[in-house]
Amino acid sequence: MFVLVVGGGKVGYYLTRELSESGHEVVLMEKDRRRAEQIADEIGSIVVAKDGCEGSALADAGANRADVVAAVTGDDEDNLVICQMAKHHFAVPKTIARVNNPKNEPLFKHLGVDELISPTRMILGSIEQDIPVHELLHLAPLSHEFELVEAQLTVESPAVGRTLVQLQLPSGCSVVALVRDEIAQAVGPDTIFRAGDKVIAAGRAECEPALHGMLIGALPAA
Amino acid sequence: MKAVIVGCGRVGGVLAAALDATGHDVIIIDLLTRAFDRLPATFGGEAVRADGTDENALRRAGAQGADVFLALTEGDNRNIMAAQLAREAFGIGTVYAKVNDPMRAQAYSELGIGTVCRTTMMVDALLGAMSLPLGSEPSVRSGAEHDHPPIGIVAAAAPREG
Repeated sequence: MFVLVVGGGKVGYYLTRELSESGHEVVLMEKDRRRAEQIADEIGSIVVAKDGCEGSALADAGANRADVVAAVTGDDEDNLVICQMAKHHFAVPKTIARVNNPKNEPLFKHLGVDELISPTRMILGSIEQDIPVHELLHLAPLSHEFELVEAQLTVESPAVGRTLVQLQLPSGCSVVALVRDEIAQAVGPDTIFRAGDKVIAAGRAECEPALHGMLIGALPAA
Repeated sequence: MKAVIVGCGRVGGVLAAALDATGHDVIIIDLLTRAFDRLPATFGGEAVRADGTDENALRRAGAQGADVFLALTEGDNRNIMAAQLAREAFGIGTVYAKVNDPMRAQAYSELGIGTVCRTTMMVDALLGAMSLPLGSEPSVRSGAEHDHPPIGIVAAAAPREG
């Protein structure tokens, strides 16, 4: 796979190194010449000292044959434009943008960036995983509007003692798997949920209140 | 006509004053209050200190319902982002971004954003001053010329080489 990484900060540097070590073809674009030379000294001559926002520089770096373009600079507007240029002008199949300011996420999604990487969201996600309250845990964002969530069933859970069919999940979400006694298993039509089960579900964000109601219990009134 | 201008630099400031002087409603936005020193004392429009790439800030500044939106800061990408917000979040019909990279200017005009490219504009002016034939690239492109898909669904461009 040929990956074009734009932005030679810490994220871009480690990403390039990892991809290169795992055998992928990688080119890193970093506009600061000194920083570009410093990285090239460490990881070899796969660094282009040019501004990845410039159309001609993207072309020189091989954007027209890239499988993936990852825009990971510290400036959201640059990351947006790099991804849009890659997609529109160079027909790159997959574009990934680092989104530094969470307020930009809806716009970036709307404007067609394939994947968003948000440091804020990641940190929030890991904090949530450490909180031992009975809530839906956000395991990972899937493509665009989909989220992978986990619910630990307690005796109060409306799902306990019932099957998936009896639960009548809202359309747009699906139970993916069940972890019972530390063993992951598929959820069949006859599987009856028990207290202590961990249920992994995928669905759109707007299904969350319904999922919460069925797997954990009704949300407390606001 | 209600016009929103982002970036009170030389171009933005002079244009805001000119539109105001001819009776239009002008809102000019800049990150720095001292940029508004460029406006003449007679300026009767609104000068708002705000981030033109922030949807909520644009809404507070009164961008809703504008007839034209002009993003004229010194950053090509900031202008592009502001212009796309104006079009997608506020539905403003006439949207222009100053984009000094000719390739980006062309790409975004194909996505429906009007672009003004100072690079080609000055090159053409200088070629003209020397009585030489002008370049083939237009310096002003209205995004409306192209039969473009909605920005969010960006179709694949020309066939890929290599």
